Amino acid sequence: MELANIEKLIQKYLDAETTLQEETTLRNYFTGGNVAPHLQEYEYMFNYFTTTKDETYTKPILLKPKNSKKTKNLKWVSVAASVVLLFSVFIGNQEYKKYQEEQQAKALYAEVSKGLKLLSTNLKKGEQAVATLYTYENTVNKILKETK
Amino acid sequence: MNQSDFLKVVLPFKDKVFRLAKRLLVSTEEAEDATQELFFKLWKSKEKIADYKNVEAFAMTMTKNYCFDRLKSKQASNLTLIHSNYKETRTSLDKNIEHQDSVNQVHQLIEKLPENQKIIIQLRDVEQYNFDEICKMVDMKPTAVRVALSRARKTIREELIKKHNYGVS
Repeated sequence: MELANIEKLIQKYLDAETTLQEETTLRNYFTGGNVAPHLQEYEYMFNYFTTTKDETYTKPILLKPKNSKKTKNLKWVSVAASVVLLFSVFIGNQEYKKYQEEQQAKALYAEVSKGLKLLSTNLKKGEQAVATLYTYENTVNKILKETK
Repeated sequence: MNQSDFLKVVLPFKDKVFRLAKRLLVSTEEAEDATQELFFKLWKSKEKIADYKNVEAFAMTMTKNYCFDRLKSKQASNLTLIHSNYKETRTSLDKNIEHQDSVNQVHQLIEKLPENQKIIIQLRDVEQYNFDEICKMVDMKPTAVRVALSRARKTIREELIKKHNYGVS
C-alpha cells in the first residue's frame, strides 16, 4: 500500500469517516511493522487495539448465581429473627404486666392491712373503755348491795 | 430456550462484553464480576431474548448501563481509587520494552477520555462494530457518534505525539 494512500486514509480515519474495510487496511499496514517514521504514533494505537482484542474472559459463566442460596437463607434468617423479636416483646410485655399487677396487689395488701391495724387498735381502745365501764358498774353494784 | 441454546447465543460475544466492562471499570476483577452479573441477567430474561433481533447489541447496551451504574455506586468509586495505578498485565507485548510502553500509554490515554468516547472507541477500534450497531448500543445519533470517535482518535494521537516529543523538541 502506498504511503500517500495511507496518509489519505489516516486523514479520513481521524475524522471518523473510514469504513471498517478501510480501517482494516490501516490496521494491517500499522501492525505489519515497516511503518513510516512520521506515522509512528498510529502504530502504537493500532497495536494497542489489536492486542486488547486478544483479551478474553476466561472464567466459566455461571447461570445460577453463587450467592442466591445465601441471600435466600438470609431472608429466612431475617424472618426468624423478626418472629423471635416479636415473641420476646410479647413475652416481655406480659411479664411486665404480671410484675405490675404483683406490685399493685402488694400495695393494696399493705394498705388494707394498715387499715385493719388501725381498726383493731381503735377497737382495743373501745374494749378497754368498755372494760373500765364494767369495773365501774361492778363496784357500783357492790356498793349498792352493801347499802341494801 | 434451554441452557445450551442460550450459551450458543451469548458465548460469541462474552469477550466483547468483558472488554467493554474492563474499559469502563478499569480493574479486571470488577470487569469479571460485571460480565458474570450481566450474563446472569441475560439468562434470567432468556424468554425475552428470543424476541430481540440483535442480542449482541442489546447485551452491549446492558453492559454499558450496568457499568455506569457500578461507577455511580459508592462501592465502585472506592474501587477505582484503589485501581488507579493498576498495571496492564494481560495485554503485554513481547516486543521491546519501549514499544510496549508506548502501547500501554495508549491504554492510559484512553483511560483519560470521557466515558462516551471511551465506549465508542472501544466498540469501533477494538471490537470493529459498524456505525449502525454502535448507534444502537450507545443510543446516539450517527453524527454524534462520528464526532465523538473523531475527537477520541485525535486526542489520543495528539497526546501520543506530545509524550514522544517531550524533552526532545
